Amino acid sequence: MARPLDADSLPLASPAADSDRAAGAGGLTSARRWWRRFARNRGAVFGLAVFVAIVLMAVFAGALAPYDPVAQGVGPANATPSWSHWAGTDSFGRDVLSRIVFGARIALLVGVMAVLLAMVVGVVLGLVAGYYGGWVDAVIMRVMDGLFAFPIIILAIAMMAVMGFGVKNVIIAVAVGFIAPFARVTRADVLAVKEEPFIEAARLAGVSSPAIIAHHVLPNVLAPIIVQAALRVSGAIITEAGLSFLGLGPPPPTPVWGSMIAEGRNFIVMAPHISTVPGIALMVTVVGLNLLGDGLRDLLDPRLRR
Amino acid sequence: MFRFFVSRIAQTIAVLFTVSVIIFALMRLVPGDPVLMMLGDDFTQEAYRRLQTKLGLDRSLVTQYLIWLGAILRGDLGDSYINHERVSRLVWEAFLPTLSLVVASLIVGVVVAVPSGVVAAMRKDTPWDWGSMGFAIFAYSMPSFWKGIVLIWIFSVYLGWFPAVGYVHPWEDVWNGTWKLVLPAITLGTFFSGLVARIIRSSLLEVLDQDYIKAARARGVRQAALVYRHALANALIPVVTVIGLQFGALLGGAVLTETVFGIPGMGRLTVAAILNRDYAVVQGTILVGVFAVVVVNLVVDLTYAFLNPRIRLA
Repeated sequence: MARPLDADSLPLASPAADSDRAAGAGGLTSARRWWRRFARNRGAVFGLAVFVAIVLMAVFAGALAPYDPVAQGVGPANATPSWSHWAGTDSFGRDVLSRIVFGARIALLVGVMAVLLAMVVGVVLGLVAGYYGGWVDAVIMRVMDGLFAFPIIILAIAMMAVMGFGVKNVIIAVAVGFIAPFARVTRADVLAVKEEPFIEAARLAGVSSPAIIAHHVLPNVLAPIIVQAALRVSGAIITEAGLSFLGLGPPPPTPVWGSMIAEGRNFIVMAPHISTVPGIALMVTVVGLNLLGDGLRDLLDPRLRR
Repeated sequence: MFRFFVSRIAQTIAVLFTVSVIIFALMRLVPGDPVLMMLGDDFTQEAYRRLQTKLGLDRSLVTQYLIWLGAILRGDLGDSYINHERVSRLVWEAFLPTLSLVVASLIVGVVVAVPSGVVAAMRKDTPWDWGSMGFAIFAYSMPSFWKGIVLIWIFSVYLGWFPAVGYVHPWEDVWNGTWKLVLPAITLGTFFSGLVARIIRSSLLEVLDQDYIKAARARGVRQAALVYRHALANALIPVVTVIGLQFGALLGGAVLTETVFGIPGMGRLTVAAILNRDYAVVQGTILVGVFAVVVVNLVVDLTYAFLNPRIRLA
């Protein structure tokens, strides 16, 4: 069939492309407006501050940490917090604060990478299922239903059993549990978007299905996906910490918050700081990310607003 | 109602089928030969072939799956690679402590969540509301295993009120068993209470805005009676759904909480089995855990349908 019209010259452009252009015209004012709406939510601003602080801590861990995080005997074993060791030392005489600072790297790396991986896989599956429908949809979504039935930590434990230890495997194990939510959210929005006239127009113009999905469907379902991603990072970090706590995370002596909490358990009577202080770092990170995620949700996805 | 029940049960069976395929596939991906693991170091070719045939590992994958599924439907989860005990017995023994922890946590969660959610809704936008919701965010952001350690530190080591570790079935020794469950149940239950308190707050606010509440208020019904007699029952319906949706998270949290408090449950069994490469047990615990989640979800959905007249009478 000859193409009657060039897709780009169609009068019916997708709304996302329109809003991009609008943003380009008045970029500064609209960015300022978004920030003002975001800043009204104090919890979200606090969450953003915590997130930025953790990112900085992870990036500049080498400069910030007072000691080598894996060096043993930099102080006496099980020493309580003091001027030379602000968060004390553990049973190997390692500096707890330095291990917490470097632990932020693993926590963020696993949390962010796992969510990104889950997002890419889940969104592709959701786009394909929603756009093509029929048996493709049925097969993909039944598998997602099955995955969704697994508690995330239990699925991650099962994956670690299959794959063995290591940071890369932890990322994959955590990611698998988050694929189904992304696929479901994406598919639900694709079903609505694909009925829009601009999709029909693109199809009539002879644009191929993959191109329609990439250029017209995806941009219009992106907002709820970003919200999902922001909301899931804290869950991914907690899952990684749980795996490490069980001894199924990155192998020792890697500084990981979950394993530090587990190691300190045996010294809870004489040196409670070994497990309590890394836990505070974990909790502050998670609270911050949850508040930030809630704020982004209110901003980007009004339908989910409480 | 009947049609809803039938379609919901059919859906559940489909999900259980998919779950079984996923677990079967995962366990086939495990590195290593299960026959070699069961035989140990010393064996003959003959013994190897006999065990392979007995386990059905010389047949096609589909046949293997069907044999495996058939055994599961008869309640046979195979034998442990390590000590050759029945996996079904090991899993059942570990399931009971986990179940009592989950039930105790549900009780703690609801007992904490109802008053804090009600207070937050009644005194919306006051320090009561902020305090209650701030507590809720902290309660579910705190990783359960860390919360458990902090509670042990404060209440067992420092104050000496509760035992730090150990477990006794509460139905065998009511006092001792319950006492030992208090800290684990608070650990896991406060996570759940954080979520439920937020739900109760928002659903109560919604209900309080309804016409029948305004009518009752206009008739002069006092505020307390309004909430407890007229609004709360309706506001609690969504809580039933949350219990269903969060049961999986609760079971996952139980796995970690057990490890902290030395409770011999599913979590400890699974992790020990992974470290021992005892994949028959890993497969059994995960299968039973996920099946429990799916079945609880079904029961919760059916209960919800029963509580909600719009579905019940349809």
